Amino acid sequence: MNYFKQDLASLHADLVAKKISAKELTQATLDNIKATDPKIDAFLTLNEDAALKQADAIDAQGIAADQPLAGIPVALKDNLVTKGLKTTAASKILENFTPVYDATAVSKLANAQMVTVGKTNLDEFAMGGSTENSAFKTTKNAWDQTKVPGGSSGGSAAAVASGQVPVALGSDTGGSIRQPAAFNGIVGIKPTYGRVSRWGLIAFGSSLDQIGPMTRSVKDNATILSAIAGHDEHDLTSSTQAVPDFAADLNDTTSVKGLRIGLPKEFLAEGVDDGVKTAILAAADTYRKLGATVDEVSLPHNKYGVAAYYIIGSSEASSNLQRFDGIRYGYRAQDVKNLEDVYVKSRSEGFGEEVKRRIMLGTFSLSAGFYDAYFIKAAKVRTVIINDFKAVLKDHDFIMGPVAPTTAFGIGDEIKDPITMYMNDVLTIPVNLAGLPGLSLPAGFSNNLPVGMQLIGRPFDESTLYKAGYAFEQNTDFHLQVPTLGGQN
Amino acid sequence: MNFETTIGLEVHIELKTHSKIFSPSPVAYGADPNANTNVIDWGYPGVLPTTNKAVVADGIIAALALHATVEKHTHFDRKNYFYPDNPKAYQITQSDKPIGHDGWVEIDVDGVKKKIGIAEMHVEEDAGKNTHERDYSYVDLNRQGTPLIEIVSKPDIASPAEAYAYLEALRQRIQFTGISDVKMEEGSMRVDVNISVRPVGQEKFGTKTELKNLNSFNYVQRGLEYEEQRQQQVLMSGGAVQQETRRFDEKTGETILMRVKAGADDYRYFPEPDLPALNISDDWIKELGDAMPEMPTKRRERYVNDLGLTDYDAMVITQTKEMSDFFDATVALKADAKMAANYLQGDVNAYLNEKQVDLQATKLTPANLAGMINLISDGTISSKMAKKVFKAITDGEEPKAYVEAHGLVQLSDPAKLQPIIDDVLSANPQSIEDFNNGKKRAVGFLVGQIMKQTHGQANPQVVNKLLMAALQQ
Repeated sequence: MNYFKQDLASLHADLVAKKISAKELTQATLDNIKATDPKIDAFLTLNEDAALKQADAIDAQGIAADQPLAGIPVALKDNLVTKGLKTTAASKILENFTPVYDATAVSKLANAQMVTVGKTNLDEFAMGGSTENSAFKTTKNAWDQTKVPGGSSGGSAAAVASGQVPVALGSDTGGSIRQPAAFNGIVGIKPTYGRVSRWGLIAFGSSLDQIGPMTRSVKDNATILSAIAGHDEHDLTSSTQAVPDFAADLNDTTSVKGLRIGLPKEFLAEGVDDGVKTAILAAADTYRKLGATVDEVSLPHNKYGVAAYYIIGSSEASSNLQRFDGIRYGYRAQDVKNLEDVYVKSRSEGFGEEVKRRIMLGTFSLSAGFYDAYFIKAAKVRTVIINDFKAVLKDHDFIMGPVAPTTAFGIGDEIKDPITMYMNDVLTIPVNLAGLPGLSLPAGFSNNLPVGMQLIGRPFDESTLYKAGYAFEQNTDFHLQVPTLGGQN
Repeated sequence: MNFETTIGLEVHIELKTHSKIFSPSPVAYGADPNANTNVIDWGYPGVLPTTNKAVVADGIIAALALHATVEKHTHFDRKNYFYPDNPKAYQITQSDKPIGHDGWVEIDVDGVKKKIGIAEMHVEEDAGKNTHERDYSYVDLNRQGTPLIEIVSKPDIASPAEAYAYLEALRQRIQFTGISDVKMEEGSMRVDVNISVRPVGQEKFGTKTELKNLNSFNYVQRGLEYEEQRQQQVLMSGGAVQQETRRFDEKTGETILMRVKAGADDYRYFPEPDLPALNISDDWIKELGDAMPEMPTKRRERYVNDLGLTDYDAMVITQTKEMSDFFDATVALKADAKMAANYLQGDVNAYLNEKQVDLQATKLTPANLAGMINLISDGTISSKMAKKVFKAITDGEEPKAYVEAHGLVQLSDPAKLQPIIDDVLSANPQSIEDFNNGKKRAVGFLVGQIMKQTHGQANPQVVNKLLMAALQQ
């Protein structure tokens, strides 16, 4: 059987009809991962025994028609804590860390009886855009194993694109779901800040981080978001907004008729590859054909987003990552003489280069004498960027543009040049700064690599993005094209 | 050269909430190390704080009790530093918008009243505790996340005696609100002190030193007195005071250099992104203000003006809210106020000291104390008998029932006393002669004999009156 093309609804139908048992599906998934992962290195840890046991229990209980996710495998980015299952954030400092509790998003999927098959690779502590910053392995792009999968949720993206799992969770602080989704030709959403609880997500930039699903279709994505979203008493920044059944509304392919779409001129400016531009302009035409209007709009302060982001995100990270001190858990350096030695050596040896770079940048930005010029200034820039979006979204239903300026770049090409790497996120970062929802979906190919389109909506209006994404998907076939990896069953 | 002294006090007060400020772990003492902790207190990866609303309410109450302005739009900040008892390596506190600011308390030093300003007060979390044994250090996170209020004085305190009075005023007002036990000996009130002196007329403040190990109000005053003198001597001998931290030695009463401060620490404060800003409504402030108990200053006025207590009595009775409430309840049951005050300051305090307990932990009740006092007032028992009755009411016994059950009723009826007096007189003719010869001591002997005959139950006043009448016949 080939589960590669199956969406959640058809997997569910097969499970209910007992064409396959949850255990068989789990076993097949694990076998497939073992066969294909040597090529793409998407997984850090497999949850083999527990997954099979859970699947067994699900089979014993039987899967009812109103349990749409029961028995379906899912992979989790390894910065989501999982009770009893090693969680590393792809860092040496957490190399042997086994959490004692589950992240809220994880327990929600477990309650829906999804089966966690493993933990996926990422840039260490989600800092990076290529998954090359992992302390353990470099994940490869599902379409071309000489290319990066993007990052930081590169493991989740490659796992979904290559057919290892139908669903994976990622996290997005400056583009970490949307960019790898784009590079691997799948669907990923960075929900509105506050839509999904951050409880159990190992914090990077607390005011920017969001968990979101990565899937092969818009509808699957909508289904999973409904399952993980909602207020959580453990996270006071999670919203009390009602969570719609996002997927239920996705049956009308003409739902974009009459919508006004803004296409910011800055999103197609210098630095954006021609192949990417061409795909996005074609997508704009598709929307016009479906009855929407697409206007050129402007987000004049977009260009300051990257600078503001690296100050705010790094400042928050410098504080969040202080708890990794070698005292209570995680890596502790040997041969230490005193307390300061424990701190300095454990952290120097436990953290990778990029993480240290951001800790230093953030520590500097918060220091006495620099705080006003850096942190406060960046916070003001953030407000200006929020206002840019507000102005456009006042009379536009959503904004469209590319996810990244290029398609996936080569492994090793940018890792030595942090600034170039940072600029990859120029189109996704402002969305995090503004706390808005951003959907990434396949919009074509350039040089045989997927091009991703980004739809940016009003706060808590993921519905419109899903409707527009679904309409686009129903009128194009990009999402149906799949990479071929040797060893698939 | 004449000097003036400036003292700054930072007071930390531990709140009595059920759970911690940012986690649902209980706030309780005496538990095994790390028993009252969870993943939030451990600073585990992925955890988030949630604000305990009761702590914010207590912050508002403290602000109101100290005449401070409540900051209605406030938030938490992170204070970053590494230490093993600080598991997140940052403390969640308030930096740029403390919950209360610009308050004051009134102090009275030797009859001179003065207002001491409070610059600000903020709510924050406490750290855990490190202990060291042989080659190992241990971390106990039970205290981690215990809610605190830090109260920072304005530079208005000009003498060690004023510092003592300020602490006492602060302790009392907070104690009356019920948000904290405010006991230095138990660590629910902690004091950081700094002091500087400058020649009179100099505008710039002198260089200040910080004092540590001040574990009682008394030590605060003594440490400051020593340090005030030391700094003056340094300046008079042409030296300069160094910015340093000094430790108070309880035995010698001196302060000893611990460390010289080299530049300020950089805690890299920034707004806590995990917690939404706090918006405090006027309605909530009013609700909390309306529910506030009467403050000690108001009660003292009432005791002196309405109940006729002395200033001193009123001061002692208002040491704690429990004592003051007990007094009010006793007086409300028609007990004589002066007698109630005397009993509370005398027998009751002696009992509490002997048993080392708080008033509310005893079986004493205002009803029983009032009952006993009323029995004294109406002559049913003598104050001497009351000693026995007092012991009984500390065991929770009802005084009237106890007096009746033990036959402690005072014999005041002249018709019953007269025959006994007559018997005693006829048995002691020598005493009558002595009395007639001017030896007044004979009266005492006779009274003693009468008391003996009545097993101590005779009313001394009545006996005296009847005896004198008989002798002077």
